[in-house]
Amino acid sequence: MKAILEIQDLHVSYRSSGSGLCPALTGVSFGLMPGEIMGVLGESGSGKSTLAGSLVRLLPANARITRGAVQFEGTDLLRANADELRQIRSRRISLIFQEPSLALHPTMRVGEQVRQVLAAHDSLGKSALNEQTRQVFDQVFPEEADRISHSYPHQLSGGQRQRVLIAQAIACGPSVVIADEPTASLDPTTQMEILGVFRNLREKLGLAMIFITHNPALLCGFADRVLVLYAGKVAECGPAETVLASPRHPYTKALFHSIPTVFDRPENTRKTKLPAILGDSARSLPIRGCPFEPRCAGKMDICKEREPAAVNLSASHTVSCFKYES
Amino acid sequence: MKVEATIGKNMQPLLRVENLVKRYAKRSLAGTPEEFLALDGVCLTVFPGTTLAVVGESGSGKSTLAACLACLESPTAGSIWFEGREIAKLEERASRQIRPQIQVIFQDPASSLNPRWRVMEVLAEPLILQRKFTREEIDRRISSLLERVGLSPDIVERSPTELSGGQRQRLAIARALALEPKLLILDEALSALDCSVQAQIANLLVELQGSLGMTYLFITHDLAMAAQLADEIAVMDRGRIVEQGRAQKILKQPEQETTRQLLAAVPRLTLAPPLLEQ
Repeated sequence: MKAILEIQDLHVSYRSSGSGLCPALTGVSFGLMPGEIMGVLGESGSGKSTLAGSLVRLLPANARITRGAVQFEGTDLLRANADELRQIRSRRISLIFQEPSLALHPTMRVGEQVRQVLAAHDSLGKSALNEQTRQVFDQVFPEEADRISHSYPHQLSGGQRQRVLIAQAIACGPSVVIADEPTASLDPTTQMEILGVFRNLREKLGLAMIFITHNPALLCGFADRVLVLYAGKVAECGPAETVLASPRHPYTKALFHSIPTVFDRPENTRKTKLPAILGDSARSLPIRGCPFEPRCAGKMDICKEREPAAVNLSASHTVSCFKYES
Repeated sequence: MKVEATIGKNMQPLLRVENLVKRYAKRSLAGTPEEFLALDGVCLTVFPGTTLAVVGESGSGKSTLAACLACLESPTAGSIWFEGREIAKLEERASRQIRPQIQVIFQDPASSLNPRWRVMEVLAEPLILQRKFTREEIDRRISSLLERVGLSPDIVERSPTELSGGQRQRLAIARALALEPKLLILDEALSALDCSVQAQIANLLVELQGSLGMTYLFITHDLAMAAQLADEIAVMDRGRIVEQGRAQKILKQPEQETTRQLLAAVPRLTLAPPLLEQ
């Protein structure tokens, strides 16, 4: 099968006032298969939102895509002009942001907000437009679609607002949805519901998704593949079951160990500490060598000298660490 | 409801809440005034040096409870007792002495710290307001606060906006500790942070509890973190505490449906698909 979206050697930097160019992504490559859910895992500053933005060329004004290509349906999105991009955004690739209360217009009924997305991209008659809007609402709100489409954002719960954003994202029938921390502001029960909505849509519409999160536990049983970003580089990438159950990169391992678990704790161990990763990614980036070296528990001499290349552990699982180089 | 006070049976509770009710006025779609019952008779007890986690879904009243305890909202009915004294009944002067002993840390350190201030000003403000300390004393306290929360002393001249999320939350904790409070209310204090930073801050909280004997009221929707930090867990649902008891007991033998649902929704790393089936 051929990838629907192919990211090749993507480099993005931000121009900062004092210190010139500050790299956010350096050499990210991966392919997204049709209907696949790719979980992108990374902490703040790892470049995960920059990745989301650069795929549809919605980056802040001081961002520069310095190298690479994003192939989608025969077009390189990084070289597409404004008209071509307008054809692709929403209609073929759409984006869902983290904060649903900021992404929605506060004084417009949510039904109208979804209708406007459709109206902007498809030239439909009024009744066809309304019919289409209703169908989109039915997809994400199996019950109460009517009542909700007549509501204002403040009348809806966080989960419902997030579903409205999903409705906007799928309105024009895209084949790829990029979701940037779509469940971060929701409580766990609602998080699970929203993940359920995504799974449903994938099954019904064959959507491929890039699901960006900082919480690995969310990807369990949800993502097909997991890509771990660290300091703008791919640390590890492989099938979700493999990466989530037995991570190989020292960063992925340490990250998973630092997460508390509910059940497997013996009685009265409360005052124990979590095995946290020390330090801070943004502030401890070495000038050369592996970006994780300063925080890595298993560092070796070579880690300081140069960057590790991606090592293939199997056909689908790669890790960028010297430990696995033979 | 079953309350199990296993810790310090003979101790005086630091905080006792009785039948706390908070009503908000709201308007229905038709414009007629309605009432919303955010807290519907909450009772709880927290013993010194322990952590009580209050868990529940969004909208269950957790944050209203925090606001009432921190004297940021006045309850409609019920009483809050701190060290055996009822807060609402205190004279202005006595209340000024008690209020610094209860400090709150909010979810988002980016919006709870003044971006135009330097770190030094953020930490000095509570000390200056007390009018008890000299300039030198304040400087000394600031450097010991920074050390206590694991921040380097040379950040005093920076603004909070130049700090990372984890550093900012450490700063918020340092500010809360400035007046040597007995009770820290942590209102979703870890939820806005990355997993790796959450672990660091959780460890800091455990450390401070060990060294200062702090008491925490840890409000969260993250049951896994509650399990990590709490001695007792209280489960809230629609303004009521439906279940309270020792953390391990609540997690292993939950008696209420709400608790079971919350447990089922915790995303877990080692488990596979069935969790997601609706």
